[in-house]
Amino acid sequence: MTHAIFDAWHDICGSDDIVAGTGMAARVLGRQLAIFSTNEGYFALGNGDPFSGANVLARGIIGDISGKLVVASPVYKQHFCLRTGICLEDMSVSVPVWRVSVRDGRICVSEGER
Amino acid sequence: MKSTRVVVIGNGMVGQRFLEELVARELSADITVFCEEPRAAYDRVQLSSYFSGASADDLSLVAPDFFSAHGIRLMLNESALRIDRERQLVIGSNGSEVPYDTLVLATGSFPFVPPIEGNDREACHVYRTLDDLDAIAASAKTSRSGVVIGGGLLGLEAAKALKDLGLETHVVEFAPQLMAVQLDVQGGVVLRDKIEALGVSVHTGKATQRIEAGDAQRHRLVFADGELETDLVLFSAGIRPRDQLAREAGLLVGERGGVIINDQCATSDPAIYAIGEVALWSGRIYGLVAPGYDMARQLAAHLAGDEAAAFCGADMSTKLKLLGVEVGSIGDAHGRTAGARTCQIDDSVAGTYKKLVLNAEGNRLLGAVLVGDTSDYGALLQYHLNDMALPSSPLSLILPAGDGKPALGVDALPDSAQICSCNNVSKGALCSAVSQGCSTMAALKSETRATATCGGCTALVKQVLDAELKRQGVAVNNHLCEHFAYSRQELYHVVRIHNIRQFDVLIRDHGCGHGCDICKPAAASIFASCWNDFVLDKPHVGLQDTNDNFLANLQKDGSYSVVPRIPGGEITPEKLIVIGEVAKKYDLYTKITGGQRIDLFGARVEQLPLIWRDLVDEGFESGHAYGKSLRTVKSCVGSTWCRYGVQDSVAMAILLEERYRGLRSPHKLKMAVSGCTRECAEAQSKDVGVIATEKGWNLYLCGNGGMRPRHAELFASDLDDATLLRYIDRFLMFYIQTADRLQRTSVWRDNLEGGLSYLQDVVIHDSLGLGAELEAQMQAVIDTYACEWKRTIEDPAALKRFRPFVNDYGPDESMVYVRERGQKRPMRSDEKAQALKIPVMETLS
Ligand code: SRM
Ligand SMILES: Cc1cc2nc3c(=O)[nH]c(=O)nc-3n(C[C@H](O)[C@H](O)[C@H](O)COP(=O)(O)OP(=O)(O)OC[C@H]3O[C@@H](n4cnc5c(N)ncnc54)[C@H](O)[C@@H]3O)c2cc1C
Ligand code: SF4
Ligand code: FES
Repeated sequence: MTHAIFDAWHDICGSDDIVAGTGMAARVLGRQLAIFSTNEGYFALGNGDPFSGANVLARGIIGDISGKLVVASPVYKQHFCLRTGICLEDMSVSVPVWRVSVRDGRICVSEGER
Repeated sequence: MKSTRVVVIGNGMVGQRFLEELVARELSADITVFCEEPRAAYDRVQLSSYFSGASADDLSLVAPDFFSAHGIRLMLNESALRIDRERQLVIGSNGSEVPYDTLVLATGSFPFVPPIEGNDREACHVYRTLDDLDAIAASAKTSRSGVVIGGGLLGLEAAKALKDLGLETHVVEFAPQLMAVQLDVQGGVVLRDKIEALGVSVHTGKATQRIEAGDAQRHRLVFADGELETDLVLFSAGIRPRDQLAREAGLLVGERGGVIINDQCATSDPAIYAIGEVALWSGRIYGLVAPGYDMARQLAAHLAGDEAAAFCGADMSTKLKLLGVEVGSIGDAHGRTAGARTCQIDDSVAGTYKKLVLNAEGNRLLGAVLVGDTSDYGALLQYHLNDMALPSSPLSLILPAGDGKPALGVDALPDSAQICSCNNVSKGALCSAVSQGCSTMAALKSETRATATCGGCTALVKQVLDAELKRQGVAVNNHLCEHFAYSRQELYHVVRIHNIRQFDVLIRDHGCGHGCDICKPAAASIFASCWNDFVLDKPHVGLQDTNDNFLANLQKDGSYSVVPRIPGGEITPEKLIVIGEVAKKYDLYTKITGGQRIDLFGARVEQLPLIWRDLVDEGFESGHAYGKSLRTVKSCVGSTWCRYGVQDSVAMAILLEERYRGLRSPHKLKMAVSGCTRECAEAQSKDVGVIATEKGWNLYLCGNGGMRPRHAELFASDLDDATLLRYIDRFLMFYIQTADRLQRTSVWRDNLEGGLSYLQDVVIHDSLGLGAELEAQMQAVIDTYACEWKRTIEDPAALKRFRPFVNDYGPDESMVYVRERGQKRPMRSDEKAQALKIPVMETLS
């Protein structure tokens, strides 16, 4: 497996393009991300749900479980931590995490290091 | 307690558990801990998840303020170097001298590295600590392949880690089979096949003689009969107790290592104790965490003055998932007991192997081996541990699920049965926790620790929980979730009484935290039942399940289905043609549903508004197939055509469907109307069933098809139209106000105190004086009905959410289809892997 190394920040959208408390999918260099607007800021995960294979995490409900900020997959409802990408129900499963920063009202992402 | 100054050497899994057990007993002790590692205790059992994304913090076993809260002195990065037994002092690596009255050795073990030439070359590692893992990850960056030396439990775990790091992975084992301790020969063969199928090369019966510089790769492993080149080597050839401190202090140690302890975990010096993997009890070292936890518990009890506290050995049964392959080993897996008999199922088609080891009489379980499928592990372990009599055909216990398989009812287990072995939680302890209010798995876990370690007991714990809750008749804690200490019914009243219309306000004033996928949709449903606001208004969007959010049903591949309302199942030819045209235009899979209407599958998010614009233009409206709301009102053809019909069932069905369409409720609602007693519309299986009589209508309530079918009960007879509607209004609103979340009317009714006659009192005789209010509330919902799809396609803000990507309008190409029987269907994953491989290869080259 080869991994492209992205260091650059990618401009995605305006911060008001995502309704507070929801997620939206975005596409960056052919990869799908789920970007979430929460009370604690913006987060970005890979959009692929590892359990169903569908690209739908952006459409999950955001919440917190035992203090961890999570999104619930809309397919089979597993929870993924927005900070680490780890699945709460099965710690051996995780989705990629991207860094998010808001610059001049624009949401930008960059591939986070893990 | 006898002593005041307690010193613990080692803050690993068992050392930490000992501290917790000690502080839980609230003794006044002055505790100091030597911790050689740079961080406090973490979960070594889950170590491998570090490579699949868990952080050091995720693995931590220590609550944030644990040490400060209990006044425990933790010395990180500080090894104990020497024990001065005469002066009762421990000397640390940075010169500290800590006096003790009681000393506890919890130093664990170290990985054994075979004494072969070249074992200290670079990129040769062991697998025990987080630091080891960091070092392995660093070496892996410059490696293509890795070899694990040792094919035991830990070796296979390590192989998984190398695979996760993207290395070509080999396992080299000295013995002729994998996992020789836990599995028999055939089990080893099946495991090997499965592991090789995953792309890990297995080399058994190979003794590594030396490691030298390789030609193509960093190292060359030289065996008696061949060689293997690799970039990285991981030793996992067993563990050895870290007993050096004890040895040097003159404590008794075993011939092959390990500090000898008695049942109270005391060493040969009564002031010094040893627990965990460093301890040798009755000639055994336990390389698993559960026995160590038990030692920690017994020692803490002993120090607190409990005379009965004693470690009495532990069961070594294990259940694991190695490289995704399920493996279980119980008791005497090798059948070494005299007279033991075996029976097995070796299913090479399914790739599973299951063996039972029975006593000579064939009625008790001595041991078992399970490879490829451990679903029977929990039940078998209970038979083994509790010495329970086996069914007359023991083999039936390991048959595939289904016919003829006897269930191990948890009721059959004695209260003393140990359900969670990691944390020594018995069935009795679980039951008493449940009766004290733990009504969820999460609550049981935090109260008893059951399921908190390896998780292998989860299924059984759940069974005990369910059985116990059922036995007690009522759910003890009906809180919606961790964010609201209210039942759904209470929350409904909070919303109504305080006139709350937004989730932010509800959780700020009446809840805590941010909310979750349980309380958010429940609140959204309550808002909709109470106020009937548009579900896609901004404050509500984040509360809805994806189905409500996109007003369509999510399918397995991420596409959606479209279900227009067809009231009563009656449809004109023109409208049928419209549906056909729309399906053709957008290439949608078309199916007649079980609810007398038509479902169009395979729409992409961005197509939904286009499809609905076409449908709405032709007079269709949302069928609410996505909502917890009225679905369909099924009808039979009735008196209009049918020679037996006594009333116009179609007209009544349409009347009902149009009256209650869009009504949000705790769960979905289904109705049906039959034109005579022959009941072709199956009304008695619906939440609301109406059957025509000579004089009017019979009303049946609270039926259910689905998972647990329940016949509806006759509620009232020979009603005229107006009375029928009044009763249904009252019934539905009463249900909406009082039901739990996701509780169908059938389950609600079964839990309703007073039963059918109480419901008749409330609805027919208005015993609560609520009748007028319930009717008015229903009328308000009916009056404010608007087709959600019509509103959505006219609302630019709502439409904005139907973009595939916030920054790109192109479709999601991962949704791919093939044609079958003249229509499209989603590709299966095997077809998809093939289809999508082609473009991936192109971009790489
Ligand atoms: C499409 C349909 C199957 C079909 O091709 O015929 C269907 C499809 C689904 N059913 Fe159903 N059910 C369909 C008729 C039924 C019926 C028959 C009926 O309504 O007469 C039943 C039994 C009757 C009953 O509910 O009492 C039925 C009992 C269920 C249940 C079990 C409910 C229960 O109380 O046990 C579920 C699961 C649930 O709701 O939790 C379910 C859940 C589902 C879900 C929502 C599962 C899901 O989450 O994906 C499916 C959605 C498919 C979709 O995207 O539209 N479906 N389902 C039928 C749609 C009827 C309609 O026009 O709206
Ligand atoms: C990868 C892996 C997977 C495992 N999987 C499982 C499993 O699935 N199920 C299971 O039951 N068990 C499993 N185990 C075994 C389990 O982790 C051990 O049984 C358990 O950790 C033993 O606890 P302990 O406290 O005795 O030793 P440890 O957890 O090793 O802790 C000992 C601590 O003492 C420290 N120490 C040693 N000497 C000194 C000194 N002189 N001064 C100060 N500190 C010192 C060490 O640095 C270490 O931190 C696994 C182990 C590994 C490595
Ligand atoms: S029966 Fe099951 S698979 Fe079939 S439509 Fe209903 S929920 Fe889906
Ligand atoms: S048996 Fe391991 S957590 Fe219960």
